[in-house]
Amino acid sequence: MSWINLTALWKIIVFGLIAGAGLPALFAGGLYTLSWGPRTARTAGADGGADSDVVVGGNVAGMVLAAIAFLVVLAAIGWSIYEIYTLGHPATTTAKK
Amino acid sequence: MSNDTVLVLVVITALAFDFTNGFHDTGNAMATSIATGALPPRIAVAISGVLNFVGAFLSLTVAATIASGLVSTGKVTLTVVAAGLAGGIIWNLVTWLFGIPSSSSHALIGGVIGSTFAAAGGSAVLWHGLVSKVVLPAVLSPIIAALVAACGTWLLYRITRSLTDGARKHGFRIGQIGSACVVSLAHGTNDAQKTMGVITLALIVNGTVAKGSGAPVWVITCCALAIATGTYLGGWRVIRTLGKGLVEIESPQGMAAESASAAVILLSSTFGYSLSTTHVATGSIIGTGLGKKGADVRWSVAGRMATAWVFTLPSAAIVGAIAYGIAYGIGGTFGVIIDLIILAALSGFIFWRSRATKVDHNNVNAEWAGGVAPPAEVPEKAAA
Repeated sequence: MSWINLTALWKIIVFGLIAGAGLPALFAGGLYTLSWGPRTARTAGADGGADSDVVVGGNVAGMVLAAIAFLVVLAAIGWSIYEIYTLGHPATTTAKK
Repeated sequence: MSNDTVLVLVVITALAFDFTNGFHDTGNAMATSIATGALPPRIAVAISGVLNFVGAFLSLTVAATIASGLVSTGKVTLTVVAAGLAGGIIWNLVTWLFGIPSSSSHALIGGVIGSTFAAAGGSAVLWHGLVSKVVLPAVLSPIIAALVAACGTWLLYRITRSLTDGARKHGFRIGQIGSACVVSLAHGTNDAQKTMGVITLALIVNGTVAKGSGAPVWVITCCALAIATGTYLGGWRVIRTLGKGLVEIESPQGMAAESASAAVILLSSTFGYSLSTTHVATGSIIGTGLGKKGADVRWSVAGRMATAWVFTLPSAAIVGAIAYGIAYGIGGTFGVIIDLIILAALSGFIFWRSRATKVDHNNVNAEWAGGVAPPAEVPEKAAA
């Protein structure tokens, strides 16, 4: 009996970084590509000033990339919840110790 | 027959604990969203309540740890469980009164260990399980969460540095709603299970279910309901400390903090560690302060919290032990009833005291002036 489960520890750190910092970073990447285009340019007049809260820049490629990024984030969350559900119900998955 | 009466009392007390667990911890999931204005306070607590309910059904690994890994079930009686719960509830209410986000899990575990110790001596406590499954995770989890949150915060600001402040705030507020929801779900998964574990322990002790069995469905449902109701009522005092007291939070930091908390809680839950969602959430919030240039962490507030954390296990244990002493001294079912009457009276008193410095959804985001109660309402506490 060891005091600390090192396998669990490194898994929590590595997967924690991937899911806990990587997924929001991907979301941020989506926001970034979403901002491509004329409507969010800082120098633009009407709605593009420094205090503008316009997120969608209008560039089609940017919007597609953003949509992909957001979908990947959602899919990752959905998949992890499903994984946790199956792991957490040992009765339905005989594989668990 | 009297044993069944005690069992019913224990289950009711356990659900009461679960309720305090919910409202003590609403802040873990929602404090940063409320602080940045991503969600209106009352909607935030409603969403969190619903997701806590759902989360309670998600996984059952932690419940097993509590039920069988911390005390030797053979030495535990129903009176012990009742006294332990009383210890947990009292500590939760006291820390809530002071707006300190202490760990509900430690309060519960401390209470049960204290009463077990009082009843059967040190040999009935599984010290190895206590250290490896509770104490070490309690020390490590906030550090890991802070690390993840600091990395996340740095990445988020770095990636979106070309966006205007307004656009960034707007975009991450939306992201924050999503991440806050996942934390609520994680909280339900992790924390509701602890009460399930205790009720299951009581059922095992009473011989109602076999040793080593999992939580029955009615137990899961009741626990889910209790924690969801507690969450919905919102522990505004703790929400305020977490959202406003530690770090002044912007929406990217909020999202980074919540994502880090969700990831660490769900991962640990999967490994059966009953870690404290409170410790993780606090670690994450401090991490977002460390990950952003120019952000100030109010270390005095953090220090006060850390002190409370250290005291949580032993304090709840002492209350648990005293509660056992009272129940044992009087004896039988009547002793347990007296215990619970004292518990109810103390809870009422604490609630009454809290009215004097009320924190609710109206003033939860008031400017931080050094104390839980916003200065406009109680000037004399502002310096505390």
